[in-house]
Amino acid sequence: MSPVLQGILTILIGVGGCVGYFYFSNMILDKVIFPARGPKAGHNINRANQVRPWLFLFPALFALGLYLAYPVVGSFWRSLFDRSGANFIGLGNYVDLFGESAFRTAVFNNLLWVLVVPAMATFFGLLIAQLTDRLSWGNIAKSLIFMPMAISFVGASLIWKFVYSANPDIGIINALRTSAGMVALDPLQVRFWNNFFLMFILIWIQTGFAMVILSAALRGIPEETIEAAIIDGANPFQVFFKIKVPQIMGTIVVVWTTITILVLKVFDIVYTMTGGNFGTHILPSYMMTYMFRDDGRATAVAFVIMLLVLPVMVWNIRQARQEMR
Amino acid sequence: MDNIAGQNKGGRLAVNITVLILVLLWLLPTVGLFVSSFRDRDQISNSGWWQAPLAVDLNFRTRIATEPVREENGSFILEGNVFADPGLRDRFPDGEGVVAAYGTRAVDPAEFAAGEVSDLRAGGTVVIERDGTYRIVTPEAIDRGPTLYFEARTPPRFTLANYQTVLFADGMDRAFINTLTVAIPATIIPILIAAFAAYALAWMDFPGRGLLIAAVVGLLVVPLQLALVPLLSLHTSVGIGQSFLGIWLAHTGFGLPLAVYLLRNYMVGLPRDIIEGAKVDGATDFQIFVRIILPLSFPALASFAIFQFLWTWNDLLVAKVFLPSGAASQVMTVKIADDLLGSRGGDWGILATAAFVSIAVPLLVFFTMQRYLVRGLLAGSVK
Repeated sequence: MSPVLQGILTILIGVGGCVGYFYFSNMILDKVIFPARGPKAGHNINRANQVRPWLFLFPALFALGLYLAYPVVGSFWRSLFDRSGANFIGLGNYVDLFGESAFRTAVFNNLLWVLVVPAMATFFGLLIAQLTDRLSWGNIAKSLIFMPMAISFVGASLIWKFVYSANPDIGIINALRTSAGMVALDPLQVRFWNNFFLMFILIWIQTGFAMVILSAALRGIPEETIEAAIIDGANPFQVFFKIKVPQIMGTIVVVWTTITILVLKVFDIVYTMTGGNFGTHILPSYMMTYMFRDDGRATAVAFVIMLLVLPVMVWNIRQARQEMR
Repeated sequence: MDNIAGQNKGGRLAVNITVLILVLLWLLPTVGLFVSSFRDRDQISNSGWWQAPLAVDLNFRTRIATEPVREENGSFILEGNVFADPGLRDRFPDGEGVVAAYGTRAVDPAEFAAGEVSDLRAGGTVVIERDGTYRIVTPEAIDRGPTLYFEARTPPRFTLANYQTVLFADGMDRAFINTLTVAIPATIIPILIAAFAAYALAWMDFPGRGLLIAAVVGLLVVPLQLALVPLLSLHTSVGIGQSFLGIWLAHTGFGLPLAVYLLRNYMVGLPRDIIEGAKVDGATDFQIFVRIILPLSFPALASFAIFQFLWTWNDLLVAKVFLPSGAASQVMTVKIADDLLGSRGGDWGILATAAFVSIAVPLLVFFTMQRYLVRGLLAGSVK
């Protein structure tokens, strides 16, 4: 069967199955198990209403449990076994990984990414949000800067390959270098700094996200606080840093953590641009070198990523619980 | 009045210029890709895309015919015009052009300036004038015409040939359909599942609700990388293996936390009166959900659908792991990253076109539905 037909069929089965499940499970609950009639009608209605939330939740909980919760445990368990999966070797994979210099480079690079990308994307986002705030063509400017959000990491990497190309007839950077009388070079082969050139691609993509959210937050600041500051003689920089930024600090932190989480997942850019060569591996791309070859090592790398995400996860959950109170 | 530098005219100008520079910086790389996709191979490798509207010096070769030959003072003379070569007709349709330099060896096609007389390797002399007329003088008649190389200024040329190659010859059409096949079911299926769960988490009272919401927030940040190995072996053991069904299920699972979180945040904000009024009138939860909540939540549903569509369309990781690697099921990102970058690494026109084809649909979705996208972002992050 052709994949297209299969796709249409899956949509029908998926949507039909969902509607059918919810409709019939509710009907069975109300009519068969706890019918709202007879001597115990009231009792039955209460019982049915206790069960119903779980009917509504079941498909989502099942999928979430199977596709996200189980893998956390499953991956950790798998990482304790060797390549074949038959021999338990405890933390052997982790010990071996930390013995590899390539892995240590990947960890170091990943820490760089986690420090630099969220900071720069938030900084540019805030800057542009503030500058475009009262601009007549601000919305067009914002829309254009937001655009890279829609582009895939692979597409973005190709776009930047044209910028970074070592050929001065293709790469604009080397065209500028040669016209200034310098020698053309491949930016992606410049050790250490090439990491930053790769990071800039992700900053380019994520700045729009930061800008949109921070721009909304800036608009939400009460006018009176700003007016009061201006009447008291604050200059524009003081208004921005002492009045506006403190009031949107919460949003800045949310943007920062959201981008941090993303940084820990993105393997596409490194994979497409350098394939991890020239000392540019980060953990997600390093994991892919073991994927399909050594599941034990691959899951061990994945679990190290999980450990890096853990503090953000805990912080997120605590924030969410505070809001609900 | 509260802009950083908005109090005077100079400041206003500075803001305008700064924003303009930033916008250009953000836009230029994409423009470069777009322009490059319309240029042919020779043009791309001889001048940057920023010079695309200008004429370029390109190198050509021509094989000189041995006829008509003329004998004069014991020498044999061949005369003609290089632009008359039928092989170059598509470049110089009216048989005219300007020669900047020429050469007799392929390694140095611009060795001599136009009009300068040079020696032929086989004996004799050759010259090509600026207008393309050549004159070859040899001591003896030759039976094989020499090959000449020349550099001529050619007008800018834009072509759709790259698109033709990419769309019809390179298997990108297959990849395009595959991407669509992955993205659409993977966008639609999670919506309903998530909507029911979000309703339960927003409007039904049961023990453990707070804990479940916290769990969803936690799962929101679980790195995908963890899921790859255990799920692939699970899929293999139940017989799904690497297939479209597998990737639909995977995308559904991975998209659910965001869907539940977004939709719940939205549904909590719906007016309590409507829902309680419906309950008083005897509507069941199922009826309330289908008749009231679902239509009212349309903006949130649209936001999530756009997110999920962009995410599944742009995804490389899940496709690499959960789909078989053959050409029959390659999606565009995999095709570009694994196939084109390897086999056509130097063919920038093809790469640019393939990239542009793959980002065209997301860009279209982005520009037509930006409103919902922004609303979704705000609902998901600013709380």
